[in-house]
Amino acid sequence: MEKVILGKAYVLGNNIDTDQIIPAEHLVYSLSDPEESKKYGHFALTGVPLPQAGLPEGGKPFISGENYLSEYNIIIGGSNFGCGSSREHAPFALQVAGVKAVIAESYARIFYRNCVDGGFLLPFESPIVLNNQIKTGDELELDVNADILKNITTGKTYNLRSLGDILPIIEAGDIFKYARQSGMIA
Amino acid sequence: MAMTITEKILSKSSGRKRVDPGENIWLNVDVLMTHDVCGPPTIAIWKREFGKDAKIWDKNKLVIFPDHYIFTKNPQANRNVDILRQFAKEYNIDNYYDVGTERYKGVCHIALAEEGYNVPGTVLFGTDSHTCTSGAFGMFSTGVGNTDAAFILGTGKIWEKVPESLKFTFDGELPPYITAKDLILQVLGDITTDGGTYCSLEFDGEGVFSLSIDERMTLTNMAIEGGAMNGIIAADAVTEAYVKERTNKPYEIFHSDNDAKYKKKFHYDLTKMEPHVAKPHSPDNLDTVRNVQGTKLTKCYIGSCTGGKLSDYLAAAKIIFGNKVKVPTFIVPASTQVGRQLETETISGVSLRQIFENAGCTIAQSSCAACLGGPADTIGRAQDGEVIISTTNRNFPGRMGSKKSAVYLASPLTVAASSLTGVITDPRDYL
Repeated sequence: MEKVILGKAYVLGNNIDTDQIIPAEHLVYSLSDPEESKKYGHFALTGVPLPQAGLPEGGKPFISGENYLSEYNIIIGGSNFGCGSSREHAPFALQVAGVKAVIAESYARIFYRNCVDGGFLLPFESPIVLNNQIKTGDELELDVNADILKNITTGKTYNLRSLGDILPIIEAGDIFKYARQSGMIA
Repeated sequence: MAMTITEKILSKSSGRKRVDPGENIWLNVDVLMTHDVCGPPTIAIWKREFGKDAKIWDKNKLVIFPDHYIFTKNPQANRNVDILRQFAKEYNIDNYYDVGTERYKGVCHIALAEEGYNVPGTVLFGTDSHTCTSGAFGMFSTGVGNTDAAFILGTGKIWEKVPESLKFTFDGELPPYITAKDLILQVLGDITTDGGTYCSLEFDGEGVFSLSIDERMTLTNMAIEGGAMNGIIAADAVTEAYVKERTNKPYEIFHSDNDAKYKKKFHYDLTKMEPHVAKPHSPDNLDTVRNVQGTKLTKCYIGSCTGGKLSDYLAAAKIIFGNKVKVPTFIVPASTQVGRQLETETISGVSLRQIFENAGCTIAQSSCAACLGGPADTIGRAQDGEVIISTTNRNFPGRMGSKKSAVYLASPLTVAASSLTGVITDPRDYL
């Protein structure tokens, strides 16, 4: 896993639920077939109403055209990110679209667990509201071990909450790899 | 030291004398439930991780209900059911309830109750956020993703953080125009969609214990809409009678200690409750029906694990009886058993099915259907520009199929009254 993540911000509001991250009608595709699973990237965040897509201006779809990779790879959310259903397809879709990290004030429990235990992406928490300070398209630098987010476009830096004991799970790859490395399972 | 009901059950499941909120503990799982949306990827992860000799930790504790995308021509959705069918055959899973057979049950959370998998004092995990429904039986139940479910499938264990508890006490008698749905919408309005994050919602008080099992399940079902890990109601004689009719598995009844610690306590006087809606686009966007009455509707929907139980249809039929609906109204029973009960349960000698058909409602087969939108050919799915009132559980943008639609969540009484006028209507106008 990269220790420093560089990328463009995609900014969203509060209560981004899993139906907005990946609408339920798309949950039919295989997650294990490498080609078919690209659909999840293509449809990632297509449930977000257009005026709220890519704040502050909105009207900026996360994915353009027929792509499955987004030009944005760090998501800045608000409170209660990933609320709603238990679908692991949600963090998976963001991962397929190229997202490396989400930075939000808080997360829904199941989404947070899925990010970590499936090793899909880094769910960082920010002690302050960031989605009114960072704009979609800003260039960001995330130092994973120092828990620091730098907005290269504005020059501001922000301290994030440490991932603590769960960082090793994501670093190992997922909960299975972590459990094997630590001798928990054979 | 005093403990809550949830702490006591988690202590038992983790083999400890006591647990405290915030501790990460390993639990022994009593039942793992999955369905057609999350079952296939769970199985794929389990095979990837445990290899071709992968073993299910205890196949009697695995329950599979295809229920989400059943009556659709979507080839990938059908393929997912095929994957479950093949898996059940290969591993000889007795607790598989196949589509197109007598065994097909409908929505997993209600089927778990009907088939005797909900047992007081036990721990149940499922690959669905509404798994918290089972907490109505005095047990710990919660939703997880595919990776966690695959881990359970191979080991029978999972880690969990012991939740803090919020206590909701309902005093007084429920007025005839109020249902459990109004109560939980009030709770969600008070705590908001993340007020219960990583917490347990415990429901207590004479008002709760006067409710039927169906109505208790409406309360615990929507605990997740407050972000909660679980919702829970201690088992009582009503629970015991329901459970004993369906299973002979041993059960253990736990109660919270009087001096157990709560993050916060809430009290409600049921006699003062108003019929409620959650306005678009969030389950915590609370208002009274009176404040939004007259809002023009394009569709009414009575269904799902939240609002498609027998008690929901008995309530709706009371209002719809002898009347005609003014807007398309969909009846989607949560389970096939509820579907059959529509034919056997009567009001003044007329079956519920006949009452709904005479009124012009569309009655569909049991499944999750349009509660979560589903494939394009899903019955009742929201279209662009629609304004819908529904007994379901979520109204985030696009949840029922179109992000250009607006969904109001309400009780079966309110939805039934609204179906007769085509505008949002207070059930007291018909009772």
